[in-house]
Amino acid sequence: MTLNVSNLTVHHGAICAINQVSIQVQTGSLAAIIGSNGAGKTTLLRTLSGLNHPTHGEITWNGQSIIGIKPEMLVRKGISHVSEGKSVIPELTVQENLEIGALWRRNKKEMNASRNSVVDIFPRLGERFSQRADTLSGGERQMLALGRSLMSKPELLLLDEPSLGLAPLVVAQIFQSIRDLTTSMGITVLLVEQNAMGALKIADVGIVLNLGSVAVTGDASALIDDPQVRTAYLGY
Amino acid sequence: MHKFKPSNTSRFLGFVFLGIFLVYLSNTVDELRVYQGATVAMYVVAISSIILLTGYSGQVSLGHGALLAVGGYGAALLRNNFNAPIWLCFAGAVLMAAFWGALLGATAARLSGPYLAGTTLALAVGLPSIANQFKFLGGEQGLIFDIGLPPASLGETFSQYKWFFWIASLTALISMWWLQNLLRSRYGRTWRAVRTQSIAAELAGIHVARSKVLAFTISAGLAGLAGALLSMTISTVSPGAFPLSLSFALATGAVISGVTTLGGVIIGAVTLVAIPEIADSLARRIGASENATINLPGLLVSGLLIVTVLFIPNGPVEQIRQRKMK
Amino acid sequence: MFQIFNTFLIGVTAGSIYALMAISMVLVWRSTRVVNFAQAGMALLSTYFGYEVIHQVGSYWLALPIAMISGAIVAAVIELVFMRLLLKHSSQGAIASIAPIIATLGLLGLIKSMIGYFWGNQDVSIESPLSNVGFTLGTQTLALSPMKLFILIVVSILVIALTFVFQRTNLGLALRASAYAPEISRLAGIKVDLVRTFGWAVAGAAGGAAGMLQTANGNGALSPDSLEFSLLLAFGFISAVIGGLDSLLGAVLGALLLGLVLAFVLTYIGGSLVFITAFVLLLVVLLIRPAGIISQRAGRRA
Repeated sequence: MTLNVSNLTVHHGAICAINQVSIQVQTGSLAAIIGSNGAGKTTLLRTLSGLNHPTHGEITWNGQSIIGIKPEMLVRKGISHVSEGKSVIPELTVQENLEIGALWRRNKKEMNASRNSVVDIFPRLGERFSQRADTLSGGERQMLALGRSLMSKPELLLLDEPSLGLAPLVVAQIFQSIRDLTTSMGITVLLVEQNAMGALKIADVGIVLNLGSVAVTGDASALIDDPQVRTAYLGY
Repeated sequence: MHKFKPSNTSRFLGFVFLGIFLVYLSNTVDELRVYQGATVAMYVVAISSIILLTGYSGQVSLGHGALLAVGGYGAALLRNNFNAPIWLCFAGAVLMAAFWGALLGATAARLSGPYLAGTTLALAVGLPSIANQFKFLGGEQGLIFDIGLPPASLGETFSQYKWFFWIASLTALISMWWLQNLLRSRYGRTWRAVRTQSIAAELAGIHVARSKVLAFTISAGLAGLAGALLSMTISTVSPGAFPLSLSFALATGAVISGVTTLGGVIIGAVTLVAIPEIADSLARRIGASENATINLPGLLVSGLLIVTVLFIPNGPVEQIRQRKMK
Repeated sequence: MFQIFNTFLIGVTAGSIYALMAISMVLVWRSTRVVNFAQAGMALLSTYFGYEVIHQVGSYWLALPIAMISGAIVAAVIELVFMRLLLKHSSQGAIASIAPIIATLGLLGLIKSMIGYFWGNQDVSIESPLSNVGFTLGTQTLALSPMKLFILIVVSILVIALTFVFQRTNLGLALRASAYAPEISRLAGIKVDLVRTFGWAVAGAAGGAAGMLQTANGNGALSPDSLEFSLLLAFGFISAVIGGLDSLLGAVLGALLLGLVLAFVLTYIGGSLVFITAFVLLLVVLLIRPAGIISQRAGRRA
């Protein structure tokens, strides 16, 4: 049970956004992809979830190729993507935002069960249950986006910049929740972050992307201590 | 008034040659073709007013038929009540339509895409029927618009249709020449900027709303001119002469011409005039039934429209230009 | 006094038919972000299917559901074949903002000429299945006939059913989510393309019903260039925009408002001002509340 990406190349028109990237994420681990703006982090994640199409390369999940499968079908295979910038639907209520994550299962009982377990993880969502999502704070929206993703009972979670635009205290909370997802629920997480330090602190494995290629990869704790990574991405 | 960049002499000569060629043409082809030529010239003016509006300033109008009606009625009223000379009737048509266009444009600047399309559509449905409400507009029958016989100095054999053709072609040539200079001026650049990057244009100090209203006003003026030409060729103005389908035909012509370039305008104008004829001969050749014969023109126009939007969305001229650049 | 009441009844009946048309426009707008100017053409086509049923079998009651079903099928096919191609080819550049408008206009022309080809351009007629003579109240005749009552009932049932589906069912939730945020919905596992086609199908069915009811409510004449359908197109659109294009409730309220205003203008001022009144009403609403009388856009990007 691993996510295996080999020699992946993705183009946006004439521009090569991802060039020959090969990474591996072990089941039950939390991998962080860090790198500067334009390094191709988001493109990589969008390709994994089927939103972008690779020009070249292979992606397998549980030994099965997932290239060419539509995002809505990948959810059914256990891969869930939370896109950048609090991906919630502001016109819908909190409850509805959660429920759309489990509609595809067409099973009311299971839906209610997963909804209860999500509310157990994020009690704040329970308090705001029938409010419209546009009344939530930034941190609550991120929780809602994570919660919606959990509604589909994912095995692999692709998270795009969950810390974006949040206050430091809230960022710490969100990162802690993400770590708990892996530790206590066994969900494999691939986390893309600008906040390199925060991400590496909770991750098992760190991958540094630079201009569309893998620059460094290794244990997250080792990367934090790597002098090159420190100066280039952690800023001290 | 507008200060144009000194226009290219060769381009001006081009227009003059085109004019001479048209005069020559009008002496060689038969009456029907001459009459169709006048209609083509009318469509050139009408379609260019839509291209100016849509392709250059990014606004949509499905109601230009109504503005043509304003122009037509304006010209006819001047002619019938004050016995004004033709050129004054045309100028009046332009001013009258431009005035209504300015009013409409002030509203339009606040609307976008489908809202504007629908509003102008409602106008096209609504405006012509006003004629039934007021007596001086002549009701369902409409008004007569008679520009008189061609001047005797042109000779006795000079026909009425040829006279129409000369007037329409001259009007079309002058307005095209003026319009392309306008589009090369500061105003043209402003409109393009507003269309492609409205927010950036605003930040760069362009008064977006004002520029849109100006585009709408000029476009309406051109539409009014086309309306006067149309009324001239059919010698009357009535609500029935400006149906919703006229507005749709103009939009169709603009898309077939390519909305982003003025250069293709003749393609759309000729297509609109030629299609009924092509359909007719096609129907006769395959010996189609009556239903097929009646509906073939509509089918061809709609089909052409759909194919254009789907496969050459920017029009034939732009398509060729892009291919050359590759 | 009695005339006011009768005018009110006429307005509500006409408005209820515009409401169906407006609903079908709103449904398409919500699922594809396209204002479908071919909607009236599609309604016309389904009405012709209904006419064919009446012609063959002789029953309006069978023709109504069949017109709705055929409307749904036609709309679904158009979405599958045509709109997907359109969005793929013309979603960029100068044409992007007008391509859907122009393309649906082209579709309108195409549908009309096909109808003309198959059924001819002369009027055919659909007889009203119920009496068009108003109920009497003492010595006065109400502007409410059995047919008008039937129209009101059918429209009410359809509106209530649609509202229920939209607000209370999972299918409705999927429809709303896909309309607001297609990408997030796909990532949540919703088959957005399928939902979109479904939205078109429902819109087509509503349009078919509107066409059948409008024809039977009027003089029963049906032709490809029928004025009744230009009215449906223009008034359906105006109602939808007055209501905000995004809201079913708004579409219904907008349509009733339009129907009433027009009925009063028709009775008290004059028939030739009806169109221009509709236009002015549209302008006034757009200028005062650009997002329609029911607007729920607060806190959202355009």
